[in-house]
Amino acid sequence: MALGIGCSSRPGKAPNNKTGSWRVFKPKFNHEKCTKCGMCKTICPEGCIEESEDEFFIPNESYCKGCGLCAEECPSDAITMEQEEK
Amino acid sequence: MAETCELFDCGHRACGGCGAALVSRLILKATGKDVIIVSATGCMEVFSTPYPETAWKVPWIHSLFENNSAVASGIEAALKKQGRKEKVVAIGGDGSTFDIGMLCLSGAFERGHDFTYICYDNEAYMNTGIQRSGATPYDASTTTSPAGKCSKGNTKQKKDLPQILAAHGAPYVATASIAYPSDVVKKIEKAINTPGPCYVQIHAPCCTGWGFEGEKTLAIGKLAIETGLWVNFEMENGVVTRAKKVVRKPVETYLKEQKRFRHLFKPKVNAEEIAKIQAIADKNAEKYGIDLKLKNKADPVVP
Amino acid sequence: MLEITEGSHAVAKAVKMSRPQVIAAYPITPQTHIVEALADMVADCELDAEYITVESEFSALSACLGASAAGSRTYSATTSQGLALMFEVCFNVSGMRLPVVMTIANRALGAPLSIWNDQQDSIALRDSGWLQFYAEDNQEATDLHYIAYKVAENPEVLLPAFVCFDGFILSHTYEPVDMLSQEDVDRYLPAYKPVQRLDADDPISMGMYATPEYYLEFRYEHDQAMKRARNAINKAGKEFGEMFGRDYSALVEGYRLEDADTAIIAMGSLCGTIKDAIDEMRSAGKKVGLLKIRCFRPFPAEEIRNALSHVKRVAVLDKNVSVGAKGAVAIEVRDALYGKALPVLGYVLGLGGRDVRISDIRNIVSLAESGKGDQFYGLRTEVL
Ligand SMILES: Cc1ncc(C[n+]2csc(CCOP(=O)(O)OP(=O)(O)O)c2C)c(N)n1
Ligand code: SF4
Ligand code: SF4
Ligand code: SF4
Ligand SMILES: [Mg+2]
Repeated sequence: MALGIGCSSRPGKAPNNKTGSWRVFKPKFNHEKCTKCGMCKTICPEGCIEESEDEFFIPNESYCKGCGLCAEECPSDAITMEQEEK
Repeated sequence: MAETCELFDCGHRACGGCGAALVSRLILKATGKDVIIVSATGCMEVFSTPYPETAWKVPWIHSLFENNSAVASGIEAALKKQGRKEKVVAIGGDGSTFDIGMLCLSGAFERGHDFTYICYDNEAYMNTGIQRSGATPYDASTTTSPAGKCSKGNTKQKKDLPQILAAHGAPYVATASIAYPSDVVKKIEKAINTPGPCYVQIHAPCCTGWGFEGEKTLAIGKLAIETGLWVNFEMENGVVTRAKKVVRKPVETYLKEQKRFRHLFKPKVNAEEIAKIQAIADKNAEKYGIDLKLKNKADPVVP
Repeated sequence: MLEITEGSHAVAKAVKMSRPQVIAAYPITPQTHIVEALADMVADCELDAEYITVESEFSALSACLGASAAGSRTYSATTSQGLALMFEVCFNVSGMRLPVVMTIANRALGAPLSIWNDQQDSIALRDSGWLQFYAEDNQEATDLHYIAYKVAENPEVLLPAFVCFDGFILSHTYEPVDMLSQEDVDRYLPAYKPVQRLDADDPISMGMYATPEYYLEFRYEHDQAMKRARNAINKAGKEFGEMFGRDYSALVEGYRLEDADTAIIAMGSLCGTIKDAIDEMRSAGKKVGLLKIRCFRPFPAEEIRNALSHVKRVAVLDKNVSVGAKGAVAIEVRDALYGKALPVLGYVLGLGGRDVRISDIRNIVSLAESGKGDQFYGLRTEVL
């Protein structure tokens, strides 16, 4: 593959870096408590929280770093952090 | 994956819970795709663009630590000449913005280019290992202003950069905090839609540099505002038109959560220094009129 | 059309006819007349460019970097302290492969402060990855701007270019210059078509950082581009010659070199003085010739080797010094001639505006003939 001129690159390659492997804790979403407010998706620094077809929110495990911010900020306490099973 | 990894892609290398990473996302949420981003050297640039894994799905350029405003000036001029309509947004950390990039920043604001400058303020040079900058708060311990036997940390107060840029005649200058994401987006939208050079300074707590757990990034940001140590305000044509009001908490509530201020509490509480920091908050509160007075308990407070 | 004009104004006209879209420059003696003339042209609507009156040279080149990345043809001019202030940006512009063209009105670097000519400023940036052209006279200074744009923007090259001409000696001197017409220039130098640019419809990230897995390869590519520039210069110079009668296809140019025993090597306006000195020495029976280096980057090592195959000695005149070593041109010429039993004698002279006269050239040839070189020439020992 040819190098991008002057160290340039087209978008699309960052997702090759699967930051999910950094995780020690993992957010667990309790859909019963969730009010679908969308806060978790807004504030996740990874931008890795997806809205599923039934409008619930789920983290993309390939990228979630397990920082715990979503769990801390969820107004309904619908997210808990659990030890990652490796 | 189409749902996530929006204009700012997944896979970037920021620390978990990084405030600056959230800033990147919020910026692109506000600008949409018709934008050209000019990043300065620093954490955000480094965690988002190791070749060839760029996280930016909009046109993006990095040149140096201290020239993003000048590069943006050139881009703006070229777009004008070519009759193009993209918005130009320069992004810098506090070190880039407050310190080494001041020359270019002042020049670009004086010339009046139509661009928005966004400083994500994590209050030190994080990328090189937490050295102090002109934005580091009083008494914060950094690797070049360490607390020690005869040092209480950083000896200077934060430079008032918003005022300096307002004095350049900037039509819109605002401060914001990632603790209030929709406010960040609103202010960036306003800045990019205001002709001329506009400035938005966003408080972006850094778990690694300040010493707290990544899950607390927003909570810490909120405390900064609730203690009056950070004020969210807007200035239009040099006049403060809006400031977020709060029922203030004592500064300790903010300070004690962060390792960079630990020396003010251990081995023993340094009341004298904490009083000095409280005085800074009091001065902010007076300057921007942010104190919400609780009249009586029956009146609910709507901040 | 032949015009008697100040060097700076001739250069400004050539720049104007090259149709840059964005100009960013900061005044510094002896470059000022160029940027003032361009400002006048913009003020009179003769030149349709954005002229950014930056607050420093550092911003001047940074703004050019941005404008070039956005896809516009750009121009700047500077010298000496201004160029030194651009140092960091220079490496960036070239590493990002942006074809910015910049005039250098060569001047000494302080300290001690001096506004007068030598070539220390651009030579100090010889490793910065820019093409470097040196003009002997104002005709060449003017023409080299068209060539510089053509080569810099060649998709095989994509490198920025310095067009160097000696401060005051050329910049402030009135000489007749054959100016091309705008139609001529447009035929030779069509509008700039960037290979890639910042564009919301086709996003790209520029100026990313390279890990150790990639950095070496990017520098290699940069060096390869510089090597390809050789061909591009040959081609652009030849085409210019075919269209306008002045051929700049060669990176070096010989003067009465064919049967010379002593070859002098120099760059810039000094070559004019040397040619006059050679004519005099030739009439006195001395076989002396000149090899002028017009293009210092890429360095024409092969051309130098070929041109000097028959001479007995080489005297290299450097208007710069790599303190602790020698003049930069002498060092590189010696490297080009490595393995040949040919004495290469270096002379550092003319620094900080010290005049170099025909008699000085004669003296240097005598020194070279007696094998004395690698020295500062023309020292006023009485003040030492
Ligand atoms: C001219 C120059 N000096 C110093 C550096 C080293 N350097 C790179 S990033 C950086 C600090 C960045 O601080 P800031 O702008 O606050 O961004 P942060 O990393 O905190 O996000 C420094 C000192 C550099 N790259 N260039
Ligand atoms: S923040 Fe909590 S309540 Fe809101 S959408 Fe996310 S999980 Fe549901
Ligand atoms: S734990 Fe952190 S990275 Fe993972 S989904 Fe929550 S906020 Fe995002
Ligand atoms: S050091 Fe701080 S600013 Fe830098 S990536 Fe980590 S959390 Fe973000
Ligand atoms: Mg910082």
